[in-house]
Amino acid sequence: MYKIVKKRILNPTVTLMEIEAPAVARKAEPGQFIILRVDENGERIPLTVADFDREKGTVTIIFQIVGATTEKLNHKQENEYITDFVGPLGKATNTDGLKKVAIVGGGVGSAIAYPVAKKLYGLGCDVTAITGFRNKDLVILEDEFKAASNKFVLMTDDGSKGEKGLVTDALKKLIDSGEEFDEVITIGPLVMMKFVCALTKEYGIKTVASMNPIMVDGTGMCGGCRLSVGGKTVFACVDGPEFDGHEIDFDEAIKRSSIYAPFERKRHEDTCNLFKGVKG
Amino acid sequence: MANMNPKRNEMPTLSPEYRATVFEEVALGYTREQAIDEAKRCLNCKHKPCVSGCPVGIDIPAFIEKVAAGEFEAAYKIIALSSALPAVCGRVCPQETQCEQKCVRGIKNESVAIGRLERFVADYHNTLNNIEVMRPEILPYKVAVIGSGPSGLTCAGELAKMGYQVTVFEALHVAGGVLVYGIPEFRLPKKIVQKEIEGLKSLGVKIETNTVIGKTFSVDELMNEYGFDAVFIGSGAGLPKFMNIPGENLKGVYSANEFLTRINLMKAYLPDSDTPVQKAKRVAVVGGGNVAMDAARCAKRLGAEVYIVYRRGMEELPARHEEIEHAIEEGIIFKTLTNPTEILGTDDGFVKGIKCVEMTLGEPDNSGRRRPIVKENSEFEIEVDCVLMALGTSPNPLIKSTTNGLETEKWGGIIADQNGQTSKKGVFAGGDAVTGAATVILAMGAGKTAAKAIDEYIKSEKS
Repeated sequence: MYKIVKKRILNPTVTLMEIEAPAVARKAEPGQFIILRVDENGERIPLTVADFDREKGTVTIIFQIVGATTEKLNHKQENEYITDFVGPLGKATNTDGLKKVAIVGGGVGSAIAYPVAKKLYGLGCDVTAITGFRNKDLVILEDEFKAASNKFVLMTDDGSKGEKGLVTDALKKLIDSGEEFDEVITIGPLVMMKFVCALTKEYGIKTVASMNPIMVDGTGMCGGCRLSVGGKTVFACVDGPEFDGHEIDFDEAIKRSSIYAPFERKRHEDTCNLFKGVKG
Repeated sequence: MANMNPKRNEMPTLSPEYRATVFEEVALGYTREQAIDEAKRCLNCKHKPCVSGCPVGIDIPAFIEKVAAGEFEAAYKIIALSSALPAVCGRVCPQETQCEQKCVRGIKNESVAIGRLERFVADYHNTLNNIEVMRPEILPYKVAVIGSGPSGLTCAGELAKMGYQVTVFEALHVAGGVLVYGIPEFRLPKKIVQKEIEGLKSLGVKIETNTVIGKTFSVDELMNEYGFDAVFIGSGAGLPKFMNIPGENLKGVYSANEFLTRINLMKAYLPDSDTPVQKAKRVAVVGGGNVAMDAARCAKRLGAEVYIVYRRGMEELPARHEEIEHAIEEGIIFKTLTNPTEILGTDDGFVKGIKCVEMTLGEPDNSGRRRPIVKENSEFEIEVDCVLMALGTSPNPLIKSTTNGLETEKWGGIIADQNGQTSKKGVFAGGDAVTGAATVILAMGAGKTAAKAIDEYIKSEKS
C-alpha cells in the first residue's frame, strides 16, 4: 500500500498527488513514468512522473480525470492509500549536451513537461517554456514554470489568460524571431504534439515527443503500447516513452488511443456519483 | 497384484457446452476411488524409467505406491521432497512427453496417469488444515530471486528449505509470473497458485511485488548495497513477438500476452474489474502452441467465434494434445495450413478481417518439422474483428541492459551453464530467461538446479 501524503486540486479536472514510494523516488528521473492501481479491482494505468523528492521518499503525479480509474483515484484523500505503485519505468529524458531548449506542454501534459524544464534549467540550459490551455480556469503550474525557465509563454485558446492562440503559434513566433533551439521537447495531447512536430520538421529542429499510450504491465510484456516510429514498431514502455517526434506515426497513435473509449465512458458513468444519481 | 486395465482412468471434466461459457476449471480431478484404482496400474518397476523423464526427479513409483495404499499425505511428502509446486505441475506439465512417455505400461497400453495422480495428491494435501511447517535453522546469508514464476518460486523454496533468507522480487502486483498472468483460470485456478505461494511464505520467503529489477533496483545494487550474497534471475520470456505484417497495429490486434494478462491477471472477464478487453464477435488466433490454445479458449468464453490460424497441419501443432482436444470440444475452429499476410481494418482503425494464404508442407527443416510453403493464388479472407498474435515470446532485455558483466545470447537469452551459473560471479539464472519460452516444469527444474549451485557457491565463497 502506498500513502497519499499530499493532494492538491490544480483545476476542476486536474489533481496533484504526492505518493510515498521511497524506492521509486530514489531512482526516478524526468521523463520516466510509474504504473499504479487504485484498489484491488483496479486497472493498471501509466502516469508520467511530475516530480520527486528523494529525501522525503515521495513521487508526485498529476492526472486529469478522464475515465473510471482517474475518477476513483481522485476520490482518494490525503493520508489514504492506493494499492500499487511501481516504477520508475521507461527511459529518462536525455538532457546531455542541450544548451537551448523549448519545452512545449499542453493541458495536463504541462505537468509532465515541468520536471524536464526543472532539470534542464538546473543544469544551466537556456529553457523556453510554452504551455497551452483551453482557458484561464485550466491553467496549471504557472509559478513553477516561471521559476524553471528563462522565458515562459502562456497560451490559452480563448485568450482569457496569457496570449490567445495555440502553443504552435507561440513556438513559430519565437523561431521566426530568430531564437535558435537545439531541441524542442513536447508533451501533451497527441493532436498538439502532432502539430508541434509538423512545425519543427519544417524548420528542421530536432523534436522529442513524450508518448503516453494504453499500457498494462509497463515492462515490455504486453505490447499494448506499441507505436510506429520511423516505420518500425516500438514499445513505448521500454523503448520510450520519448521518441523522435518527426518519426512518430501520430495518426496511428491517435486511432489506437481510442480503443476502449466506449468502455471508459460506461465505466466512468458507473463510477461517478453524479451519474449514479441521474440513473437511480 | 497390479490393476492390468489397459486404459487409464478418465478424469471427469465439465461438459464442453457449459465450460465454453465460464472460466471455471475444466478438469475436475480424480475421486479417491479413481486415484487408488489408477495408482494400482503402476507396476512399481525397479528401474523407474518415469523418474528419468521428470525434470525435477520426483520419486514417482514411491508416491504412487502410497496413493495405492490410500496414504495420500504420505504420497504428498514424497512429491514435496522434489517438487515445490505439485498442484501446479499436476495440471500444466506436459506429462505425455515426460514421465508418462517413459512409463512401461505405455509401451503396449496407456501409461499410468502420473500427472492426474500428482494433481490428486496435491489437491488432497491442500484440503488439510494446520499443516506443520518445518522451518530450518536460519543461515546468515541473503539470496535475491528475480521473478516469481515457476523457476523463481522453485529456487526460492529450495533455498528457504536450506535456511537461506530469500527475497523474491516481482514486477507485477501479484506473485506467480506466467502462472497468474498467462495460464487461464479454467486450466489453473489462481487460488491454487496462491496456496503454493502462501506455502513459500510460511517457509520464510519474502515476496516484494511492484519491484522491477533493472528499474527500481539493479542486480548490482542488490549485491553491493542491499547485501544479497547471490542472485537468481528467473525473469522469464515475456516479450511478445509480432509478424511484421501490414495492419498489425490496428485496434483489435493483441499479443496473446496482452489479451491473457487482461483476462487472467486483471480479471477483465469479471463485471467488477476496471480493466477493459475487447468483446469481439469473431477472433483469429495466430499460432498453434499452448498459449494460442489458452488465448482461443479465453476468447471463446468471452462469447466469440474463434479460429486458430496455423501455418502447419494439425499433426504439427506444438500445443499439448489435451489442450487441442479441449479446444476442439469447445468449438474452436482450426484453420491449419493457413498463414496470415495482412490484417484488414476499417477507416477508423478497427480490425475487420485477416487476409491469409493456404500452405502445403515440404521437406523437413532444421527443426525436423516439415517446412510450410505458400500455395500460389490461394489468398482468402476471414472476417474477424479481433486478432490475437500467439507467436512466442523472447526474454525481456531489462535485466541484461542494466547488469554489468552479464552475458547474453544474440536473441536475448542469458548465458548460463548447466548449473545456472552466469558470466557474473554470484549471479545465477534459469527458466525461460535462459532457454527462451519453454515449459513450467523445465523452469522449475532449472530453479532447483540453480538453488543447489547457489548453496554450493555461498558455502565455498562466503563461509
